[in-house]
Parts: sequence; structure tokens; C-alpha cells
Amino acid sequence: MIKSLDPRVTRAEIEIENPIAPLNELDQWETYEVFHQKKRGDQHMHVGIVHAPNAEMAFLFGKEQYGRRGLSVNIWVVKTRDVFVSEYDDSDIFDTVPEKQYREAGGYKVMAKINKYKKGV
Amino acid sequence: MNQNSSEAIKELLYKMADDLLIIGHRNSEWTGLGPILEEDISFSSMAQDKIGQAQALYQLLNDLGEQEPDTVAFTRNANQFHNAQLVELPNGEYDFSLVRHFLYDHADQLRFEALANSSYEPLAKVARKVKGELKYHVFHANTWMVKLGSANEESHNRMQAAFNEAWNYALGMFEKSSFEDQLIAEGVFEGEETLQEKWLANITPYLIKAGIEIPASTSWNPVFGGRIGNHTANLSPLVEEMSEVFRFDPTAEW
Repeated sequence: MIKSLDPRVTRAEIEIENPIAPLNELDQWETYEVFHQKKRGDQHMHVGIVHAPNAEMAFLFGKEQYGRRGLSVNIWVVKTRDVFVSEYDDSDIFDTVPEKQYREAGGYKVMAKINKYKKGV
Repeated sequence: MNQNSSEAIKELLYKMADDLLIIGHRNSEWTGLGPILEEDISFSSMAQDKIGQAQALYQLLNDLGEQEPDTVAFTRNANQFHNAQLVELPNGEYDFSLVRHFLYDHADQLRFEALANSSYEPLAKVARKVKGELKYHVFHANTWMVKLGSANEESHNRMQAAFNEAWNYALGMFEKSSFEDQLIAEGVFEGEETLQEKWLANITPYLIKAGIEIPASTSWNPVFGGRIGNHTANLSPLVEEMSEVFRFDPTAEW
């Protein structure tokens, strides 16, 4: 067997030929979604996910994972399971019928009015 | 500043910087081996902070006429280091590393807090600059201490055992220097005795929450000596490993 020269490998006593044992269920902590705010008054933006045993620890990890470059003034953490998620099967609810252009700003024909007004001046 | 106070300040800077460098290096030995990815990154990041803080203090020493920070950090032998023995002890299991982190970082935060008002302005400036980093470090330590101290029987027993093992070494952090009275009189530093009192008052509420007991004061037996270069056998291999690359070619440009 090859003995690794990496001190981390030798210290950890990882045997290279041994496959990594599969994880048991619930071996991992649950996940928290992390939101950071770049400056006061800005909206919080989603930046990623951390594993943590509680919200306080999720904040600790979120800060180091996503806030350590000095780009944050505030962090929110929310349990992933507390986020209501829509179904991808339902993504057609975001489709809109083309005939309803009047509901969109682009649907208004105002250029003609503007040009008419300009000519009048 | 007269010659005498310069020596006193150097002694203070050396012990602080050496504590930071050695614990920073020890904690960095967890990089890649941390219990979970997120904690690995957090602990490693704090280790880097500590080495950065050490560098700032070695720079102050350089300004007082000592050698370059890298030279001071990487070319001395173990018996020329002034760190407390607590920080050189091997990492052991994660429980011991966390307990040491808790005990050391509380003291470190209070020391810098006091120095933010030091009459020695260059040091006061550094102390004010590191305030945010230390706040995070202590918050991290408190959270783990309370969580593992009270999670289940195994975690509690491990934390208590690690705590008992670390305790007398932790008391050794407050070893007085021969310049103690002078530093206090000149308003440079409030002194080790005051620091230890504050430290005890600060850690106690978290220990109560964690259900961790401080050994009876009659059994306290501080491990002194680190400040004057007496170290355990653990420091020498650490210093050797830490400085291996630097010593290979001290003139290399990085």
C-alpha cells in the first residue's frame, strides 16, 4: 500500500485502498438557507446553504462561508424545511397568455401620442 | 519612551504574539480534518485570523528594533518562545481543541479590550482593529461550549474531561512578567491579575449554561514557565514544522 506523504492523510489514518463507508441516514445536520445583506437598507440576498444543528450555529457557519470577505452587514438563516417551495410540475403557472399584452407595460402604444405631442409644441 | 519601558512593552508583545502564532498554527492543523465542512472552514479561518494578529504584533516589535516578523516567527528555537504552554499542547480530540479555544479566546479578547485603551498607542490601535474578529471567535467558542456541554452524556463528559485537562494550563496564561508593576503604573496594560479576574467572570456564565464545572480553587495549580521559555516537548516539533519552508531558503521572495 502506498503511504501518503501528506501529513493530513497520515494523521487522519485514512487508508487509501479502503472505500469510504456510506453515510447513515441522519448522519448529517439539517440545512439552513443563508441570506446576506451587503449594506443596511439593501434587500437580503440568498447566498447559499450550510449544515447546522441549530440557528445560532447556522449563523456562525453562514458568516464564515459567505460573509467573511467583508461584504456583509447582516445575515439571515432559515431552516430549509421551513421554506415553502413550489413544484416544478407547476411551473406552467408562470406562463402567460400572449393576447394579454395590455397587462404589460410594453403593451401600451404611446409613441404615437408622444410624437403627436412633440409636433404640436 | 525610555529604554526600560521599551523592554517592558517588548516582553508584553512577545508573549501575546507568540500565543497567537502558536495557537493559530495548532488550530490550522485541523484544516481538512474538521468534524464537518462548515466547521472546518470556520475554524481554519479563525486560525488564519490569529496568525494575522500575531503578524501585526511582530510588526510592532520590528518597529521597536526587533528583527523582521518572518525572521522572528520562523528562526527562533522553542525555548525562545514566550507563549503559555496551553497553546502548544497537541490538538487531541476536537473537544480539547474547542475547550482550549474557549479558554484562550476569552482571555485574548479581554486582553485586547484592555489594550484598546493602552497608553502605548501603536498597540492600542492594533487592539481596536482586531475587535470584530475576536468577537466572532468568542461567539464561536461560546456556542460550541454551551452546545456540547449540554447536548448529551457523551458530549458533556468529553467536554468536562477536556476542561479539567486544560484548566491548570489555562491559569498559566496569566503568569506575571517581571515588568508587571511598571506596565500597570505606566498605563500600558492593566496586569495579569486583573485580567484573570475578568476572564473568570466572563467564562463562568457560559460554563453554567454548559453544565461544565470549574475545578475547586483549592486544587488550582497554574502551569507557569511558558513566558520565560520553559515549554513542553510539544513545542519544538511544532516550531520545526512551522518554519520548515522558511528555513529551507530564508531569502526567498514570496
